Amino acid sequence: MIEKALRGNSKYWGWIGFLFIVIFVGLLFYLRQFGYGLGITGLNRDVTWGLYIAQFTFLVGVAASAVMVVLPYYLHNFKAFGKITILGEILAIASVVMCGTFIFVDMGQPLRIPNIFLFPSPNSLMFWDSIALGGYLVLNVIISINVIASEKKGTPPPGWIKPIILLSIPWAISIHTVTAFLYSGLAARPFWMTAILAPRFLASAFSGGPALLILLVFLLKKFTRFDPGREPIQKLGLIVTYAMSLNVFFVLMEIFTAFYSGIPEHLDHFKFLYVGLHGNTTLVPWMWVSSILAVISLTLLYIPKARNNEAVLGFACVTVFLSIWIEKGLGMVITGFVPNPLGEVTRYWPTFTETMITIGVYAVGALIVTIFYKATLSIRGEVSV
Amino acid sequence: MTIDRRKFIKTAGLASLAGLVGKNVLGQDVSDVIEPGSFDRLSGLQSPLQARRWAMAVDIGKCEKQHDCTKCIDACHLVHNVPKFDNPKDEIKWIWKEPFEHAFHEQENEFQKTDLIHSTPLLFCNHCDIPPCVSVCPTRATWKREDGIVMMDWHRCIGCRYCMAGCPYGSRSFNWRDPRPFIEDQQKDFPTRMRGVVEKCTFCDERLAVGLLPACVEACDVGALVFGDLEDPESNVRKLLNNNFSIRRKPGLGTQPEVYYIIS
Repeated sequence: MIEKALRGNSKYWGWIGFLFIVIFVGLLFYLRQFGYGLGITGLNRDVTWGLYIAQFTFLVGVAASAVMVVLPYYLHNFKAFGKITILGEILAIASVVMCGTFIFVDMGQPLRIPNIFLFPSPNSLMFWDSIALGGYLVLNVIISINVIASEKKGTPPPGWIKPIILLSIPWAISIHTVTAFLYSGLAARPFWMTAILAPRFLASAFSGGPALLILLVFLLKKFTRFDPGREPIQKLGLIVTYAMSLNVFFVLMEIFTAFYSGIPEHLDHFKFLYVGLHGNTTLVPWMWVSSILAVISLTLLYIPKARNNEAVLGFACVTVFLSIWIEKGLGMVITGFVPNPLGEVTRYWPTFTETMITIGVYAVGALIVTIFYKATLSIRGEVSV
Repeated sequence: MTIDRRKFIKTAGLASLAGLVGKNVLGQDVSDVIEPGSFDRLSGLQSPLQARRWAMAVDIGKCEKQHDCTKCIDACHLVHNVPKFDNPKDEIKWIWKEPFEHAFHEQENEFQKTDLIHSTPLLFCNHCDIPPCVSVCPTRATWKREDGIVMMDWHRCIGCRYCMAGCPYGSRSFNWRDPRPFIEDQQKDFPTRMRGVVEKCTFCDERLAVGLLPACVEACDVGALVFGDLEDPESNVRKLLNNNFSIRRKPGLGTQPEVYYIIS
């Protein structure tokens, strides 16, 4: 199956080559970090998690969002998703691999990671999260390989795969729930300690993930003969609309609770996000851009005529994705540490090295998506070689 | 954990010693040797200080009278090979002074007693009875001993910094880079750390094991730091707390800190 990814035109190989260069550059920067220590990042004693852990959190959401195509297709037999379900599952695999890589690059002593399994600690949500994510990866790899293989043979997937697919549905919900618990169980961090964090994570995942999937399908339509037709795209657009509405609704609930109750230890974090705290306005412009993008996206998605137009839908998906990336990939994690438990504000901003490593990890994900999409579409004869 | 690494190494070491010579160097039976504390007696050191619940009391008033005194901080950071960085980004600290409004962030009171509001209480690890850092650690590299001390294993720590996110007191530091070049006067009898692990105050477990009080307590000339067993009604710390008004940091979180601040 994978041999299909080894044949392609010059554009394909150009893209693959580009990704390898980006990964290689990221690796070089990682070696610098490995030698020097995490001090090479912008992290410090007060803001101890930053860009890496935020990307991890964001990508757990992208991984979980595969359930938005898997559930309608396999549970409700929604045939229109037949062609794109496997694309969602492959995206999930790539996302989990990126999650693992982001955890790896965030560790002070990465070679000791096996200690998590040598000294299993059920008290720690990190233990459960590694089980949830590892399990989800295994499930999706098994499902994808079998589905692609049976497509190649032109037979329906084996019967035993169905229960595994059904298991992957609650499992997808669990990975993002456990990831939210990682944060929401900490009494030390009032910003995260909110029961709505897991629902919020899921809502942002189920809007950002499918938005990305729509954009990937548009890219495939442009560069290959792949065309799933209008219906699945429109249905995905509807899913994005509902999930994004819920996401914005949840954020507004958080803002209401913080501002109306006025409890400083809750409020200060939101001040830091939207107006700045003690003169620190690092995230303020970003958060306003995120908010404006959210408004634009919902406006476009709410108007059926706009949503039904694929060009407008594509633009709306870009705004959804960027809005959620800023909210989750920047705001969510950093703000938990600002102010710190002593009420002090410490500045954090990713360094160049940190950013290059992050881009390198994303390139790994892009490479996985490219190779497996290529293989899948070649098997279906939807790529001109 | 019923047996920690230290106990295991002691027991294993002594067992192999006993196995070689039949009897130990002092001619005692093996059964007399392998019991808690026996190693320290054997090695000619003082018997360890033991407690059911170690606690520290900080007399803010006494401490504040010694304006700008940093003897306890210096002593601690010297004996534990804590590096000194010029920038706050890489900073590592086991004890430090913090303005009252930060140390007792939850005690918002603009018209608090003037000397208190301008005080800079000493902060260290609170050695909580219910330590959130221990709950979140994915490798049990940090754990609570039976006597209440929250310990750190620098060889097991993977540097995920979850404990730093979980600690409501900002008591933990991370080695963002190799700390060794920044240790001014390296002590040979205490380990240095490598980059990528978390560290913090351990109530001088290594000194207690040889019958010494924590370095900070010993360094304080004015008795502003009192250390002892809270379960012992005759202990100094217990008497002090019984007779004075004291507060703890963020009691509302239910972590039950074992560091008490006396307001006189």
